[in-house]
Parts: sequence; structure tokens; C-alpha cells
Amino acid sequence: MKDTLIKLLNAYGAAGREGNVTDVIAGMVAPHCDEMRTDALGNLICIKKGAGRKVMVCAHMDHIGFVVTDADEKGFLRVGSVGGIRKSASINRRVVFENGVNGVLSNELDDFSADDRKMENLFIDIGAASRDEALSSVSIGDVAVYAPGAFELLNGVVAAPAMDDRAGCAVAVEALKALTDSANEVAFVFSAQEEVGLRGAKAAAYSIDPEIGISIDVTPSGDTPKGPKTAVKLGAGPCVKVRDSSLVCSPKVVRGLEAAAGRLGIAVQREVLTMGGNDAAAMQLTRAGVLAGTISIACRYVHSASEAVSLPDCERAAALLVEFLRNPLGE
Amino acid sequence: MVLKELCLLRGVSGDEDRVRDFVRAHAEKYADSVAIDRMGNLLAFKKGTDSHKHVMLAAHMDEVGFIVVGINDNGLLSYEPVGAIDPRVVVSKPVRVGDSEVPGVIGAKAIHLQTKAEFEKMLRHDDLYIDIGAPSKAEAEKLVQPGDYVTFQSDWREFGDGLVKSKALDDRVGVMALMSVLENEYPCDITCAFTVQEEVGLRGAICAGYNVEADEAIALEGTTANDLGDVPDPLKVCRVGRGVAISFMDRTSIANRPLFQRLRDTAIAAGIPWQLKQFIAGGNDAGAIQLSRGGVPTAVLSVPCRNIHSGSSVASFSDIEAQFSLVDRYLRGERE
Repeated sequence: MKDTLIKLLNAYGAAGREGNVTDVIAGMVAPHCDEMRTDALGNLICIKKGAGRKVMVCAHMDHIGFVVTDADEKGFLRVGSVGGIRKSASINRRVVFENGVNGVLSNELDDFSADDRKMENLFIDIGAASRDEALSSVSIGDVAVYAPGAFELLNGVVAAPAMDDRAGCAVAVEALKALTDSANEVAFVFSAQEEVGLRGAKAAAYSIDPEIGISIDVTPSGDTPKGPKTAVKLGAGPCVKVRDSSLVCSPKVVRGLEAAAGRLGIAVQREVLTMGGNDAAAMQLTRAGVLAGTISIACRYVHSASEAVSLPDCERAAALLVEFLRNPLGE
Repeated sequence: MVLKELCLLRGVSGDEDRVRDFVRAHAEKYADSVAIDRMGNLLAFKKGTDSHKHVMLAAHMDEVGFIVVGINDNGLLSYEPVGAIDPRVVVSKPVRVGDSEVPGVIGAKAIHLQTKAEFEKMLRHDDLYIDIGAPSKAEAEKLVQPGDYVTFQSDWREFGDGLVKSKALDDRVGVMALMSVLENEYPCDITCAFTVQEEVGLRGAICAGYNVEADEAIALEGTTANDLGDVPDPLKVCRVGRGVAISFMDRTSIANRPLFQRLRDTAIAAGIPWQLKQFIAGGNDAGAIQLSRGGVPTAVLSVPCRNIHSGSSVASFSDIEAQFSLVDRYLRGERE
């Protein structure tokens, strides 16, 4: 799990520019699936054939970032946000472009607005001395992300940018490799453009047309000092989502996940989130409706450059997913 | 001029009949088939000379405007905006109400009567009324009723260095470009989708995208030019007179990279003036079309418009020409 996760965390992959992550995942899973394809939105779809129920598993490859909108005369890049950027987590951070160009994301000091919807007074300094020099290294429309750099804390906690949702991707990759004995047809979708509105998952769910959809994503952990008001904690096991702002999970899936955890004898936490959204919502409302749910990984400092999860949580999430896929609805 | 006729037609979201009838008369002359779907989108299909792919082109027929929501005892009409309209651009503007085009003016309390606090507070649509000159509710009810659509009354005026001022340039410029496309022969199959209800949430395009089921789609739009006053360069979005604006990203879609690059390369090769849309703002039919069925590669080409979503939007004929030229060249040269 750890090796897989680190490899995925090191790949560049902003929303709309997931190609590098796609390549890394395709290399990992190709020997283990029957069919693999990409689509117009940038999803990677990996199918394990079976005659039973059709299940879609979804983890998103994309990561929040900063899209270049212009460069000024002195060579500073102006940016817009791609996904839910928080200024407070971004100022004076190292960022990196797909072509390897490094930069520092910083802010104008006068009239600074903390409003995360206004990106006008942020800029990226790539060291360029003029507009022409800046735009010969980076093009308008290119997207910078927090520079990769995973590090370990005590108790198997790993922190890095893009943990949302490479942790989910790693769980799905490990489950895909471990699932060798299922009668069900399982489509593992590594989705694109989740952070800009669950776009990839919507198109993928249409083309796959599953009966059951299960997403693997991170969720804010409530165990830091005066942290988010949520009951889930790091290291207490994978979370079974009951609801967030984007969906109420299908009760059959919630019960199916809890039954699978019971069969394995692993602890799970129930997650009730009063904000957020994830790919399960896009799957749920596809065509005539899909039984949808989510396995969440508790994560501290979501949408920052130090998103922290517990490796044992990820390992148990993969085991839970495999057991769920063998018998999704506990029959 | 076709664009002038199109702009002067009244067609607020949900009330696109006049525009659709105008487009239909033209499309039936040139397209192989013309259909109107349940949402009201007009879909004009034209077979290609080799049909190697099916390209959807989308432009929305609707414009922003207002709808009457109530008639007050004093004969003034309460209204809601349809689509995003800044209340600051509507005060004292002439409008037309309902199918019988009753003249009216949007009114606010005169400056002489405002307290300082009122003067400094930004007016909201709730604070404004449409005055049709009726002295009482009973008199007003003879002329209008709740649910009547209201449009800006604004003439077509060409001025300056190749500029035009009109209502509804967003998106009658795209509608006109698609009407011109239908007159030509191209290698690929084409569906020109004249969509409804874009301004209230890309609603027509959700169904149009599903119905057309194209291999790729290009939305032709009018978009915000923020190039007046002391706006810093990075916030200008795009500039009037600098060519057709190609989007890499907006609030509803990220352009498909290969399609974006082919369009940009076509503009460069053909010497068509173009610019990037340099601000992440707004959304358009591409956002809905890209998510239809299993996903569609999309891109957006826009004509920059100053004072967009007002009665006096301003665009450049050279940009309007560039938008059509780029689509035309792309479709002609397109072989894979």
C-alpha cells in the first residue's frame, strides 16, 4: 500500500490534466484487469469481467491547483483556482507545473482579501524577469499544483499534497489487484475532474451503467484541536459514509459495507458530513439511478499541502472494498 | 443584416419561439433534417461529404431579460431577472413587456427623494419596478399579466471602429455563425444545435447533448470583455477587437486539450485573429454537453462583448467574423 500510495502521490495530476496519473495507474493494474480504456473526460476505466452484479468503483485522480491566466510585465504569473483552493493553506507554498517548472505561490500584501473566491491578488513567482520569459516557460492555461513531497509521522500517518484522492486511488489499485475471486463484474474507474464538479464520474457512470456505485475518497477528520466538527478519527478504521452535502448514501450500500466489515472483523466508523461532495453523488443520479455509497479515509488538513491519512486505515479500506465487491449487498 | 434581425428578436430564456422560427426558416433551406426536441432546442443536421465524424456546434437562442411576477395596486409591475443581470444596469432603461410589446421603463426612487443611506446602498431588483404608465392595478391587468416576459428595448447601432451596440449579442452572434455554417458543405457530419434556456442553467444543452450524441462539440458564445476603465490586464478576460476568444477553462468546463490545440493551431495556420479567454469565469453550453451520455470532448469559441447581459452590449464585427472563420476553417480542414 505504501509504495503504491507514494508512487501515486508523486505523479502530477491537476483537474483536467490527469494523464500522468493515468499512466502510473495503468502500469500498475494492466496485468490484473480484462479491459482498459480512457474516455473524453479523461477517466481511466479498468474492467474485471464477471457474470454477477455490475459494480462501479470510483476514486478520483485529479488534484486542486492554480491555472495561469496571464503574466505581468515583471514575470509574475496570475492565476485562477481549479477546485476548492484555500488561500490560507496556499500562501508562500512551493508549487510545480506539469513540465517541472517550480514556483512560489504568494500574495499581494495591499488590500489582501482572504476570500477564497477571489484569486485576483495571488500570483506565482517562477523567477522570471519579464512577461516573455515567464510565458516561454509556462503557458496561459497551464496548471500548478502543490509540489509533491510525502513524509511520515508516527503511527503510520503519511502527509502529502494530493492525498485527496490518491489515497482513494491507492486503495482502489490494491483492491483491484487483490480481487481475484469475484463473480461480479467490477469497473474500477479512476476518475477525472472531480474537484471541479464530479464531472468525470458522471460520464463514466453513464457509459458503465452499473447497479451499484462505490466511491473511495478522503473525508475531513475531526480529531485535531478545535478541528472540523465531525466524529471520524485517523487510525480508527475506514469510514462508511451515511451522507454529505451531495448525497444520502443508499441504505443498502451502507448496510452492505457494514456487513462486509463484520465478516472481516474490522472496525469501521460511520461518517456523517455536513459539507462536501464526492463522485458517489454523480453515480447515484445516473440514468434511472444507482445504489451509491462511499468508503472514506479520514484525512487531516484536507485541501492543503499536508493532507494526512493513516496507512492502516488505507489498508483496511482496501480489504473492506474487496470483501464488499465479493458480496456487495450482504446476501 | 441577419445579425441585426436576430438581435432585435425578443427571446428571453423559455420564450425562444421568435428566434427559433427565424432560424428554422433558414435551416430548412440548407439542412438535411431539422428537428425540435422536447425542450425546444432546434437541431439541424447536415450530412458531410465523407462523414468521418459527427461534430455538434451549439449556440443558444435565449437572451437574459425579466419576467413579470406581480402587479401592484399602483399599477407598477414587480419583476424577477431571468438570467444574471446586474441591478445597476437596469434603472431607467426602457423595456417591452409581453407578446404585445407593451412599452415600459424600469424605475427607482428619484435621487431627490433618497436618503443618504438609500443613495449609498446598492439597489436590488426587489427595490425596482416596471412602470408601464398604468394608473391602477385594474388598468395594468388589461395590458399585462404575471408570467409575461420582458426584454430590454434597445436599438441596433453601429459605431466607432467597426463596433456594434445591441441587446442579445450574447448569443445571437453564435446563432448567426451556425446559420452560416449550415449553408456550407463540410467533410464531417454536423449538427447545429440552437439551444434554449442557457442563461438559466444550460438546461437546453443538457438534452441537446444527449439527443445529438456527437463525437465532439464546440460551443459558440458571446462572452465577457472586461476591457474598459482601469481594469488590470490579468482581469480583462478578453478584449474587443482582438479576435475570437478560445477558452481553456471556465466555471463549467475544462476544454478538451487536443480539441483546444487543433482549434488554436487552425487559427494560427489560417491567420485568423484569436486570443485566449484569460479569466476563469462564466459558463456555457459546453459544460452540459461534455457530460452528456459517456462524455463528449468540448471547446468554446467566443465573441468578446462589453456590457454583456445588459441592453447595450458591444462587440466588434471583426471578432464576429473571426468566430465564424475559425469554425469554418476547422470544419473544412478536419480530417483524422
